[in-house]
Amino acid sequence: MYTPHTDADIAEMLSAVGVASLEELLRVPEAVALKATLDLVPALPEYQIARRFDHFARKNAGIEYSSFLGAGSYHHYIPPAIGTLAMRGEFLTAYTPYQAEVSQGYLQAIYEWQSYICLLTGMEIANASVYDGATALAEGAIMAINATGRKRLLISHAIHPNYRAVLKTYCDGLDVAIDELPMLADGRTDCSDLVARLADKSYAAVALQTPNFFGVIEELDAASLAAVTESGTVPIAVIAEAVAMGALRPPSAWGAQIVVGEAQSFGVAVAYGGPYVGFIAATQEHMRRIPGRLVGKTLDKHGKQAYTLTLQAREQHIRREKATSNICTNQAHCALIATMWLAFMGKTGLYDVAALNLQRSRELATAVSSIDGVKLTYDAPFFNEVVVDVGRPAGEVLEALRKHNILGGVDLGRFYPEHRNCILMTATELTTSAQITALADALSEVVHAYVHV
Amino acid sequence: MPTSTYNEPIPLIFETGQSGRANHYVEHGQSHDTFVPSSLLRDDLALPDNSELDVVRHFTKLSNRTFGIDLGFYPLGSCTMKYNPRINDAMANLPGFRDLHPYTDDSLAQGALQVHYELERSLASLFGMAAFSLNPSAGAQAELTALLIAKRYFADRGEVKRTKVIVPDTAHGTNPASAAMCGFTVISLPSDARGRVSVDEIKRVVGDDTAVCMMTNPNTLGLFEDHIAEIAAAVHEAGGLMYYDGANANAIMGNVRPGDMGFDLMHLNLHKTFTIPHGGGGAGHGPVGVAAHLVEYLPTPVVRATPKTNGVAHGPTAPSDHMTFTLDFDRPKSIGPMRSFWSNFAHSVRALAYIYANGAEGLAKVSQLAVLNANYIRVKVAEFLDTPYPEVCRHEFVASAQKLKSETGVRALDIAKALLDRGYMAPTIYFPLIVPECLMIEPTETESKETLDAFIETMREIITTAKSDPQAILDSPVNTVVGRIDETRAARQPDLRWRQPATA
Amino acid sequence: MTLPTGLQFSKEHEWVKLEGDTATIGITTYAQDSLGDIVYVELPKVGATVTQFGNVGVIESVKAVSDLYTPIGGEVTEINTHLDADPAAVNRDAFGEGWLFKVKVTDASQTANLLDAAAYEKLTAE
Repeated sequence: MYTPHTDADIAEMLSAVGVASLEELLRVPEAVALKATLDLVPALPEYQIARRFDHFARKNAGIEYSSFLGAGSYHHYIPPAIGTLAMRGEFLTAYTPYQAEVSQGYLQAIYEWQSYICLLTGMEIANASVYDGATALAEGAIMAINATGRKRLLISHAIHPNYRAVLKTYCDGLDVAIDELPMLADGRTDCSDLVARLADKSYAAVALQTPNFFGVIEELDAASLAAVTESGTVPIAVIAEAVAMGALRPPSAWGAQIVVGEAQSFGVAVAYGGPYVGFIAATQEHMRRIPGRLVGKTLDKHGKQAYTLTLQAREQHIRREKATSNICTNQAHCALIATMWLAFMGKTGLYDVAALNLQRSRELATAVSSIDGVKLTYDAPFFNEVVVDVGRPAGEVLEALRKHNILGGVDLGRFYPEHRNCILMTATELTTSAQITALADALSEVVHAYVHV
Repeated sequence: MPTSTYNEPIPLIFETGQSGRANHYVEHGQSHDTFVPSSLLRDDLALPDNSELDVVRHFTKLSNRTFGIDLGFYPLGSCTMKYNPRINDAMANLPGFRDLHPYTDDSLAQGALQVHYELERSLASLFGMAAFSLNPSAGAQAELTALLIAKRYFADRGEVKRTKVIVPDTAHGTNPASAAMCGFTVISLPSDARGRVSVDEIKRVVGDDTAVCMMTNPNTLGLFEDHIAEIAAAVHEAGGLMYYDGANANAIMGNVRPGDMGFDLMHLNLHKTFTIPHGGGGAGHGPVGVAAHLVEYLPTPVVRATPKTNGVAHGPTAPSDHMTFTLDFDRPKSIGPMRSFWSNFAHSVRALAYIYANGAEGLAKVSQLAVLNANYIRVKVAEFLDTPYPEVCRHEFVASAQKLKSETGVRALDIAKALLDRGYMAPTIYFPLIVPECLMIEPTETESKETLDAFIETMREIITTAKSDPQAILDSPVNTVVGRIDETRAARQPDLRWRQPATA
Repeated sequence: MTLPTGLQFSKEHEWVKLEGDTATIGITTYAQDSLGDIVYVELPKVGATVTQFGNVGVIESVKAVSDLYTPIGGEVTEINTHLDADPAAVNRDAFGEGWLFKVKVTDASQTANLLDAAAYEKLTAE
């Protein structure tokens, strides 16, 4: 129970309070009193807890497989130094740094996180983090809705399907409509009729993901950006694979005003989906609309440099129903881990990691596309993921690959009916040539077996 | 990296290191333009290169300037800053959990799904709900989830006129903010002289436009809403739904259940009640629980359990050992997902480990001792500070420095800063808004009587000093690395990031 | 508190100075004092049409954000752009350099809905 009370303590404290028993202290009206028997596992000693979870963990056989899974959650190298630093009790057991005088360390770390995100995205400001990439998109869209007073969004069909689904959940609450931009044959978003679509100035934002869900690098071209600017629409960039920012032009270079995304790739474990860490960055003009916490550098009353949470008047605990967002908790500890990862990697390390992702994903693409009956669906430049058409229902092929202890990728049919024969395959710096060869051999065998059935 | 003595500013990570001082974590890669046209590539990235040792020192120093529960008593009201058991972290970091990709086929992730299922079922039993969704990321998002469920439920029934959400004035600020995000109009309800919502007042405001009544019980004054059954009946009578804000669940666990109080929807902050570390403000974990008539609206995915058709589990300790689990995305009436992936899974592991460590009886005892600790401080603090609601409280209570302020000029904020000087985290101050110069104190059950006694005596000494030498309190903190912050300067001249110095 | 002459007031603590058909609008000393240190003022756009007592912007202090209402309706002709760099002007000189925006008033009868100095002083004394 982690409670230090002795019987004598309890007796003495009850007497001080003037109450006869613990039961009396918690007495409630009979109408709402507990009558049911609670159906919980009986209390276990610590060594039994460890055994039970060890048993659960071993049932997750997937971690032993050779994995080509990505699609918004990526296996990257995490230096062990991060674990020992991040698990320090001072960081782990602190609350939100409301009392700045005893939180200068954490506040500085968050200021460094905000700075890293600005440097990577090319934006002017970044917040102290949000839940994850999908909620970052939803919150970024709300910023654009508030900035323009418009209640329609235009988003690429190649934004992560989960992100689009979450955006829809939020937009249902806000009564905001979402329209989608279709795809070009090469895997990029079709922006060819933006001028016509934006003519009536009804869209709050246009959102593109880069690299998009299919791994393809996206930018808004000059003509499209002109149409977006002309219509007063806010261009939003979505980034689900943060490591790509180590290589690609920042979204500021093609006109994005708001950049939202997921920083799990920066040292945060895949952990079956969470916790991860979303970010929101924006140009200066959106500063007052950015949701969540912001850390600022200022002075203390003696004129000494100090950090503090700032611009808090935007937030829910002061503005209540007029707040820019209901966000309260952020992902401080995951943002701290991401900041550490970037600090350990440095410019050189991030460059190399991005380069190795580019290189190994091309080895992967070459190996699988040389198999008879297997081809790459798209040919535009990509980062570390490729869409592979296996000529058969992807689910069946992936199941067959599992018999070779391979997680071959994500079945695109679960999101895109038109891609039911396609697998999204990912390679990172951790993917070895031997794994790629084994995958290609197994895939060849699986596809070959089909042909002769 | 320059060394810094304890009180000097620590240089930013961007101000240290040398370009090219790389750590050898991965091989050197080829030039990016080998693979991608250079028009798509960035030409510069002004990140610092630091040695591993220098980075370790940097963050170790930053940790030395951060106060956590591990350093001392943290009586932050409504935040439930209890001890975070280390076994929980050890379990969450097992490779079988840590390295499991969310798109792993269900058949190869049975252990993770079982954790999910066991946590969900345990919470449902403990709080009297039909089902829980572990999808929402934190308390505020859980509130939004619950209100979206309510909105969908009423839309389904054709009751689109239900647009009003009733929120007591003691509610957390997230309640009205969440309601606004669903297009609901907020009706703020004043508390009565006893610090509670009055049944008459509820009956006055409910009607055929009522969607949801959001309540925290015990409320943020630490008081149990003893007319909750009548309140719930009035709201239900009008056709509305009752929502339980679980921020204060540490006061009720295993003793009384929101389901039995008449709530249809609820959320929990597992990072408060169930010992998930706050980590400086997140990540949290905010499951949403619903009564039977709302289950079909829960976010996707949900974990579905079916009895195993063959084979027997070895060493079973729970019925779930005989089940097979799948993630179910096919939920036509669902509001949809709230986040990128299924849940803050690593935190589910921590919360379940805590439940295993306690069992139902242990959790009930946890709440009882949390309430005992709060009342013990309350009666002692009442000796030297006003307590506006002098009755048995639950897990927290409020004191007011209003009288002290008029006598000495020392405000709640000054008391908070004086506590920092004396090695304590400050209580929550100026909340709830209805109590002037409010100090909201929540000790939690993991603190010993000795710790509470020491805190009480420190508070007594601060109030005594405030009366004899108020300036000493007004000047605090003086023992911290910086003094009081110039908040006005921070907001008027926002400096929210490092910038590369212009090259001369 | 002595109020400058020639002004009219709203119950939301804004002041209006009407010269011809141009109304200059600000918040009162009382309002800035209760808000505390003002850090940002969001004003309506020049050219916008605003209606009397309508919400036209926000005033943000260190600890609070308040909605800004216009005490008189019309077309916004000018805004005090200096406040972007120096929001403290509202604290220093609420009735002078801390003015907020100007409106071209089409319907002068709106002034009947405003308070004179004596009535406003009575309001703030309560």
